[in-house]
Amino acid sequence: MDYRTVLTTCTYCGCGCNFYLEVLDGEPIGTIPCKTSPVNEGKLCIKGWNVHEFIRNEKRLTTPLIRKNGVLEEVGWDEALDFTVSKLKEITDRNGGDAIGFLTSAKVTNEENYLLQKFARAAVGTNSVDHCARL
Amino acid sequence: MIETVKDTVRQLLETDEIKGFLGLAEKHGHVAPHLFQQGDSLDNMVLGDRKRPGDSRYPLNKYLINIHRAYPEEVFGVLVRGCDDRGLQTLYTWNQLDPKKVVTVGIACPQELAEACECAEPFPDTFVAGEKAEPVKNNSVAEVDALVLSEKFSYWMDEFVKCIKCYGCSNICPMCFCNDCSLKCDDLVKRGELPPEIPVFHHTRAMHMVGRCIDCGLCEEACPSNIPLRTLYKKVNSIMEEQFDFKTGVQRGKRSPLNTIEAVEGKE
Repeated sequence: MDYRTVLTTCTYCGCGCNFYLEVLDGEPIGTIPCKTSPVNEGKLCIKGWNVHEFIRNEKRLTTPLIRKNGVLEEVGWDEALDFTVSKLKEITDRNGGDAIGFLTSAKVTNEENYLLQKFARAAVGTNSVDHCARL
Repeated sequence: MIETVKDTVRQLLETDEIKGFLGLAEKHGHVAPHLFQQGDSLDNMVLGDRKRPGDSRYPLNKYLINIHRAYPEEVFGVLVRGCDDRGLQTLYTWNQLDPKKVVTVGIACPQELAEACECAEPFPDTFVAGEKAEPVKNNSVAEVDALVLSEKFSYWMDEFVKCIKCYGCSNICPMCFCNDCSLKCDDLVKRGELPPEIPVFHHTRAMHMVGRCIDCGLCEEACPSNIPLRTLYKKVNSIMEEQFDFKTGVQRGKRSPLNTIEAVEGKE
């Protein structure tokens, strides 16, 4: 048997609450707020308390989606990226970089967020970058 | 104190008396619940006293239930203080754990912690380390009880209004094990409604703590709004004691009056 408590940081917002994921035989089964964390001192909000539930959630997207004729369809990465590039070019050529906004995520790494804002500012030419963890 | 605990656990593991020991460990600069298994180093074992005695306690019994459900045939050891011991006794009566599958390693709480908790029994039935502290009288309930009715009502409403409905009080509670939770029943607590209706939300939980609350105080420590939940449930416990002479988990093996079906004379 393998029972672990894995220290990690909440991905929901920018507060950075610490908790342990309770992992039994490889499956996350619970969230335990870290009492010695100076950030949250053993407390959590309702989202943090339920973090272990989204990890294996069936509703998580695993492939890109493109809306075609009003309906979201699963597509491959090549098609999704080609579509995004062509649309970004079309809009920036017509209205400039500031016509574009970027929304990134707390559930990716800092490095990936850095790359996205760099891409927004340096490649597309807009300061409109936001993130779901900006409380 | 810690060395005595480590020696006891080492012996239990080496003699195969237990499959694992659920205690606390210092990991990555934090105190964490941890399952020690045979062959594991016990060097990082701690008792949950960081800056103050007992300031990093965790509901180990709750995690023990999770492990026990997955491995019902195995025997596990668990670190217990007085409150945890009361918890185990109560969980046995509610059939959530099997006493034959649990070996306790007890520690007595120091007087300072007993005072902070206003604990009536700051030691488990048997313990390997620490010294029995004097039981401490419950003053927090008496202070609120001394208020006149209208002030008492405003006192509690002013506290309850701070609630952000995080469910932390029930999530951390070692005695919350129901599959269907009343706090998630739409007839009592409307789903998606924030802030929760008061005092219904807190009274619903208080009602369900009747005969269950073992006064560990973890709910109050987990509350982001610092609602004095422990005082609320201490009040519940005091009513149980006055009306039914029932002290949860103290009278070993005794079931809660709400967990007992007694034959009434003349009826089947």
